[in-house]
Amino acid sequence: MTSIALIPLGLWFVIALLRQPGLDCATVTAWLAKPLQALLALLFGIAMLWHSLQGVQVVIEDYVGGRLRGSSIRLSQLVHLLAAAALVWAIARLVAGGSA
Amino acid sequence: MYTLVLSILHRVSGLFLSACSLLFVAWLVAVAAGPAAYATAGRIFSSLVVRLVLMLALAAFWYHLFAGIRHLAWDMGFGFEKSSARATAVVVLVSAASAFAVTLFLTPAWRWLIGAP
Repeated sequence: MTSIALIPLGLWFVIALLRQPGLDCATVTAWLAKPLQALLALLFGIAMLWHSLQGVQVVIEDYVGGRLRGSSIRLSQLVHLLAAAALVWAIARLVAGGSA
Repeated sequence: MYTLVLSILHRVSGLFLSACSLLFVAWLVAVAAGPAAYATAGRIFSSLVVRLVLMLALAAFWYHLFAGIRHLAWDMGFGFEKSSARATAVVVLVSAASAFAVTLFLTPAWRWLIGAP
């Protein structure tokens, strides 16, 4: 259940983000290079994208009919997959200290 | 009647947050790509339009969180009677509005969102 996972993960992300002293590159990099913070960011991102995929699909099934339905769902899956790949790359690079 | 509006708002806020999740990924990619990319992203993210989008995202996040908890309670068989649904609708709205106000005004977010240095 991504919805249940997103209660603590979403709260963590919003509170952690708002508690940063600044959002300049050095501060954010230092924050997300910490292994536990990186893991939480990864879990939050994956749970959010998974939840988003499910939610968007339900909305498409309710409002999009005919030939557009299947292709809309496929497009949504593609966008979410690309986003997940980009997320994993970004977190991996941050943990590796910018060398991945 | 207004419980119906809330239900639609759950979908609307969810779709909006879906779009914003792509902003979240783009932001992480910019951080990971390094200072030059982050500076470029920073110019876009600090534009008035994106600041408004992010402020709305904060509101949508709190609304979707509390409304989502209400949906989870329904799934578990609690609070589906008409009177309870009306009462919890008020709880969701007040909680979301309070949490939004607290996170917006008690953090540097507000200063950043209005473009203060």
